[in-house]
Amino acid sequence: MSVEVRIPTILRTFTGGAKAVHGDGATLLDVIDDIEVRHPGLKERLVEEQALRRFVNVYVNDEDVRFAGGLDAPTADGDVVVVLPAVAGG
Amino acid sequence: MLKIARRHVDTIISHARADHPDEACGVIIGAAGSDQPTRLVQMINAERSPTFFRFDPQEQLRLYNEMDANDEEIVVVYHSHTMTEAYPSRTDIELAAEPQAHYLLVSTAGSGNQDGPVELRSYRILDGVVTEEEIEITE
Repeated sequence: MSVEVRIPTILRTFTGGAKAVHGDGATLLDVIDDIEVRHPGLKERLVEEQALRRFVNVYVNDEDVRFAGGLDAPTADGDVVVVLPAVAGG
Repeated sequence: MLKIARRHVDTIISHARADHPDEACGVIIGAAGSDQPTRLVQMINAERSPTFFRFDPQEQLRLYNEMDANDEEIVVVYHSHTMTEAYPSRTDIELAAEPQAHYLLVSTAGSGNQDGPVELRSYRILDGVVTEEEIEITE
């Protein structure tokens, strides 16, 4: 088992169209770094200057990581990470 | 072209008027791949701002989990402009992240909370390019 990361439509160009990819790591950042190896370019859409990008929502097991340490949020085998670009504008 | 039901248009305009001077926002959901908007969901503007909107992240997750379970997707994203015209702002364009969606804008700059003329226009926003489209209101 590993961590499942669900990818929103707009980022599936980095995953060859896959709706979900798998990665390993003890923190969200570790998982992102692991996935980046197989899907280069994805990390840059999620992370900016070592923090989660402002208009990207990430949840681990339905909990917004902003309340769980951001990129340091712990992850474990079997966890489900959901990435949702914010719906926002001005 | 955006085909939208009259009752949805009425709800969107009421929502925008009610929230004025804050921007109102919401979605119309439909079956995945159908391009048919069937179910309107008013969303909370977590920014509560006259110049910005953002779906509350927890509400947005709930919505996505529902859509996932029902094989649905967002067909329309709507929001209001309270001081400017119903045209996507630079921020709207930068942040548009639902490639399959119609972006519907309503402007309450003319009449505010009152009955009175509102501007309603629809767009596709793809890779930073805005294309206006016709709206067909079905009864």
